[in-house]
Order: sequence, then C-alpha cells, then structure tokens
Amino acid sequence: MVPLSYYLVLSGILFACGVLGFLIKRNIITIFMSIELMLNGVNLSFVAFAAHWHALSGQVFVFFVMVVAAAEAAVGLAIIIAVYRTRETLNVDRVNLLKL
Amino acid sequence: MTPNPYLWLVPLLPLAGAAINGFFGRRSSRKAITAVALVFCGLAFLLAVVIAARFSSASAPYYFNLAHWLRSGSFQVDFSFYLDQLSLVMLLVVTGVGFLIHIYSVGYMWDDDGYYRFMSYMNLFMFFMLTLVLAKNYLVMFIGWEGVGLASYLLIGYWFTKDSAASAGKKAFIVNRIGDFGFLIALFLMIKHFGSLDFTHVFAAVRPLSPETAGTGLLTAIGLLLMVGAAGKSAQIPLYVWLPDAMEGPTPVSALIHAATMVTAGVYMVARSSVIFERAPTAMMVVAIIGTLTALFAATIGIAQTDIKKVLAYSTISQLGYMFMACGVGAFSAGIFHLMTHAFFKGLLFLAAGSVIHGIGGEQDMRKMGGLRLYMPWTFATMGIATLAIAGIPPFAGFWSKDEILWKAFNASWVYWLIGVITAFITSFYMFRLMYMTFGGEYRGAVVQQAHGHDGHDAHGHGQGHGHGEPHESPWVMLGPLVILAVLSVVGGFVGYGNRFEHFLAPVFQGAMEVAQETSHEAVDHTLEYLLMGVSISVAVLGWLLAYLLYSRHPQLPARIAAKLDGLYQAVAHKYYIDELYDALFVKPLIEGSTTILWHDIDQGVIDAAVNDSADAARHVSDNVRHMQSGNLRSYAGWVAAGGAVVIAYMIWMGVR
Repeated sequence: MVPLSYYLVLSGILFACGVLGFLIKRNIITIFMSIELMLNGVNLSFVAFAAHWHALSGQVFVFFVMVVAAAEAAVGLAIIIAVYRTRETLNVDRVNLLKL
Repeated sequence: MTPNPYLWLVPLLPLAGAAINGFFGRRSSRKAITAVALVFCGLAFLLAVVIAARFSSASAPYYFNLAHWLRSGSFQVDFSFYLDQLSLVMLLVVTGVGFLIHIYSVGYMWDDDGYYRFMSYMNLFMFFMLTLVLAKNYLVMFIGWEGVGLASYLLIGYWFTKDSAASAGKKAFIVNRIGDFGFLIALFLMIKHFGSLDFTHVFAAVRPLSPETAGTGLLTAIGLLLMVGAAGKSAQIPLYVWLPDAMEGPTPVSALIHAATMVTAGVYMVARSSVIFERAPTAMMVVAIIGTLTALFAATIGIAQTDIKKVLAYSTISQLGYMFMACGVGAFSAGIFHLMTHAFFKGLLFLAAGSVIHGIGGEQDMRKMGGLRLYMPWTFATMGIATLAIAGIPPFAGFWSKDEILWKAFNASWVYWLIGVITAFITSFYMFRLMYMTFGGEYRGAVVQQAHGHDGHDAHGHGQGHGHGEPHESPWVMLGPLVILAVLSVVGGFVGYGNRFEHFLAPVFQGAMEVAQETSHEAVDHTLEYLLMGVSISVAVLGWLLAYLLYSRHPQLPARIAAKLDGLYQAVAHKYYIDELYDALFVKPLIEGSTTILWHDIDQGVIDAAVNDSADAARHVSDNVRHMQSGNLRSYAGWVAAGGAVVIAYMIWMGVR
C-alpha cells in the first residue's frame, strides 16, 4: 500500500510544474498544457483522498473536473486559433492589448 | 342638517379654473382663458350668494366633512369646512371683491404676454383664500394660509425678469415665513395641550379656562404666537416691511391680495381665535398695542411717499393696524366690519390707481400726474368716493367702521382712541394729498411721448399698439368693477347701522359679549358717543382742508416745509430707514455669516473638502495601483500565483499555530 503522502507529494509536484510552466512559458499552447497539468495534479489529490477515506465524493469531483477541463480545452483551443488568425503569433507577451 | 351641501365646491371651483388655465392656457386664446377664469370665479361667487341666501343664523355653524386626512391615535385632522357668520362674511367679501378684480384684470392684463399665467395664479389665490376662510380646523386653515403666501409670491414676482419684482417676491415670502413659524408653534402647543386642531374642540377646551391675568401661561403663549403669524401675514410691526415692496406686482394683485383679502387673513385668524384671546389679556393688549402703533407709524410714512401705490400700501398697513386695534380691545366684530368696508374702498383705491397708471402709460410717480380729473372722469369719481370712505367722512362706508373701532377703543383706553384719531387725521391728509396730486391742477407728465419705453415700475406691456399721446380713460371692463365697488363703498357702511353687523356676528364672539355688555350700560350716555363721532369727523375734514391748502391752494408750500424740516422729512420719506435697519441688523449678518461661515468654512472647507479629498485620495491610490494591469498575461498569472501562495502560507501558519 502506497502511503497517502506519496500521492500528495506527486500531486504537489505536478501542480508546481504547472504553475511554473504557466509563469515562464510564452507560448499559449504550452501555457494551456500547464493548466491541464495543474488540473490533473489536483485530480490526483482528489482520488488519493477518496481512496484513503473511502469516500465517493472525491471521485465524483474528479469527473466534474474532467468535464470542465474538456469543455475548457474546446473553448480554449478555439480562442487560441482565433488569436492566431488575427495576431499571427502565439507569444503571450505580444498579446497585451487589454490594458490601460 | 346642512342646507349648503355644495360648500366644498366654493374653493374647488377656482382651483379647477387655475388648473385648466395653468395646464392648457399657453395654447388657448385669450378669450378662452378669460372665459375659464371668470366663469369659475363667478360660479364660486354665485354659489357663495346662494349659500348666503340660504344661511340661517339659528342653525349656524354648519359643518361639512370632505375627507379624512390625518389619523394618528386620538389625534385626527380632516379636510372639513366650517360655515358660521364670520366665515360667511369673509366668503362673500373674498368671492365678491375677488370676482370684480378678476373682471378688472381682464382689461388691465389683456396685452401682457403671460396673461394665462396671471389668470391661473389669480384663480389659485382664490382657492387658497377660500380654503383659509372656510377651514374647520387650524391645519386646513394653515394650508390656505401658506397657499395664499405662495400665490402672493408668484404674483408679486409675476414680472420675474425684473430684479426688483423677483426680490420683492422673495422678501414677502421670507418675511411671511417668520410669521408662519409663530403660527406653527402655536399649532404645536394646541396639539400638545388640547390634542386637536379642530376649532370646535379647541374652543370647547378653552372656554372653561379662566382668563390668565398673571400675564403668563399657555393661552397667552398661544395668543402671542398666533399674533406673530398674524403680524407676518397682515403686515404689522415689525413684519410689515414686505407689503410696500409687494407693490412690484401688477396692480390688480395689489388690490386683491395686498389690500382686500390676503392681508386681512391675520385679522380673520385673530377674530376666529377670539375665544383664546379673550382668556389671554396680555396677548390682547399686545395685539392692541401693535395694531395702534402700526396704524400711526404706517400713516406717517404714507405722508411723504410719491409713488401712488406706495401711499396706498402704507395706508393698507395703517388700516390693518386699526383692525388689530379693534381686535385687541375685544371689538372683534368692529374689526371684521372694518375688514369688510376696507376691502371695498381699498380694493377700489387700488383698482382706480391701476386705472390711472394704465391711462398714463405705466407711470406711478404722483409728481408726474395731475389734472387727470379731466382725462378720466370715472376713475376720478370712483376714487374720490373711496377717498371719502377711507377718510371717514359720513355717510361713506369707512366712517361707520372706523367710528365703531374708535368708540370701542375709547371704551378700552383713551390712549388707543387718541392715537386712532391722530391716525384718522393723517389718513385723511395723505389720501386727499394723493387725490390733489393725481387729479388736481395741471397734467405734469410729458404728453408727446410716442416711443416711450415702459420703464415705470408698473411696466405692464400694453404699449405695443398705441403710444400714449395723452392720458385716456380706461375701458369699461375696468371701469365696471370700479363703479360697483364705489357703490359698495357708499352703502357698505349701512350694514353696521344700529349695531346690526355686530349682532349678526355676535354668536361667533360669544365671549366678547361680556365686553359688549360692559359697554352697553355705558353706552346709555349717547352724548359721549356723538361727541367722539364729531371729533373723528372733524379731524377727517381737517385733514382734507390741510391737504387742500398744501396741495391745491399753495402747491409750492410742501416743498418749502419739507426743506425746513429736512431731517424729519428725509426720515419719513425713507420710511424711517427701517429697511436699512433690518438690512444692517438681520440681512447683512445673515449674508455675511452664510458666506463666510456656512459657505466658505463649512460647505467649502468641510463638506466639499471631505468629498474632494477622498476622491483625490482614491485617484492617487488607483494611479499607482493601475500599473498592475499591464496587459501581460504572465504578470497576471504571477499575481494570481503570489496570491495563492499568500493564502496557502496563511493557512499553514494558522494550522501551525
């Protein structure tokens, strides 16, 4: 039996990687993948807790997160395509019109 | 029980007229406006006559409850009307004189651009005045009281593009507020101590109380506060200053509001509250003293005025003083009697003065008149009758009422009588002075003056079509009311013959009967009464003679006398500098205080500063904070991550603790 803490540490590492990728990467696609990584890090901790406490609600929550992630991927990729068509770049540092 | 089921219609008819003309008058023709204004006002008058015809003293007073108004525990006030002998007299005077002046206004104001506005205001005034006199409780009376003040304000400032008219309107309104303050406090006292504002309830509660001889007490306080209100509305010392300025309004307004009806509301209110006043001798004495002083004071100012309407204005104040003197000595019916005759002859005087002003193209300075008897004989005749009436020459109306007041005053104290007689002498003098200056001698105005600008005070805009080559008589729509009022000024006094008027009003002033009985066994000595009558007639004739000598026989004399009495003359001509005194005492400090303390220190220094400073602070902070919003997605993400890190750190720290 693998202890709970291992899962949580892995989950934290996955989440930290996601955050790090989000902050340092400039390509929107990569940033998008980092978000997925964060979501899955959280998912991992959900199922780990669910298995540990023998509670179904954690697993149900994971499904919700997956559904949201799928929807988000669809909308997000569409937005990315739209951005690329108008700006011809995927560098977020150059997509910065929304400011004062 | 009531034979007058339509009593409530009397005030509401003019209100309907005011509403129709006010809302639709702008687009209607002058004829339609005239029809609406006159029909609604005339209907009110007809209804009043019908009510008077069906009035029977035996079953008076009549009540009519229109609707509930305030219900608060045991305290309740209704929209209810009240008809007894006193309100019947007022009802007839207000509707009758008011209707005549409406007719006159048609001729006087026809060419004015705001004709519909004028007629609407006049009708509105009628509504409020009738509400005032028909009210069954003090609160409904107060509505009328405030309403006539509003109508007065609107009509004084009718030519609001003129600075003097606009500020005269404001002055009238503000000075009246001071009086209304007293009136309101009196009402609060009544609510507190009697739990009602209804006339019948309050008077029933007051009747068993014994007179407050100590000079202090509840009734004295109420009486004095009511007198403050009356002094404001009826232009008594010290609140009379607004009335002369109110002459900035059109002349029919001066006749209707500032001579015949509204300014007498204070007298009516004091008479209505006679039950309270009789039990407060100190308040009564104050009323009498204020009235007597005002009568004399205003009359002396009237001597030196050169503006025809100003003379009449001070004369009005003086006559109102007589009425208060009468009320103050307990002769309420004599006061109301004088109120009625005064409405006739002073209304007539103002209308005739308006006719003169109209006839010579807006000039109000009597020094530029003269000789007008040849140009406007009807105006001359009617104004002459009114002058004889106000001077107290028998058998004209003013003689009866004034003599009644003087006789009653003499019974109270010879001081009142003496001042009253002196005032009668001055009254006669300045009125005949006015007559001789206006109608006697030669015309002193510029005759050939085709393109005259109406820069006179009374700039009624009828100078479009015809230039004033020379003075002309007014049209019959204006002369008609003059003639009717002249007839009333002649015969109006006879209703008081043999104390009939007093007996008619007696049920209203039951308490005053004690005073009357006191005098009745004195009155056995008729010789004294006739002697006093002779004195008052002779002073009136003396005043006439003096005016004749000074202003007809030796017209150069007055200037020489004025030069000799320079200081005194200047003081009188400048109305004893009372306006200047008030200006220095109240207006200046108020404006100074408001400017420096309220405006600069508090408004700008505290309120504005607080608002502006907090806005400045918010802008300053956001100016710095807005740099966070760089548009760079990764910097946003950094903020979010940092925020998340702070939250996690906080939770960990809390968990560790």
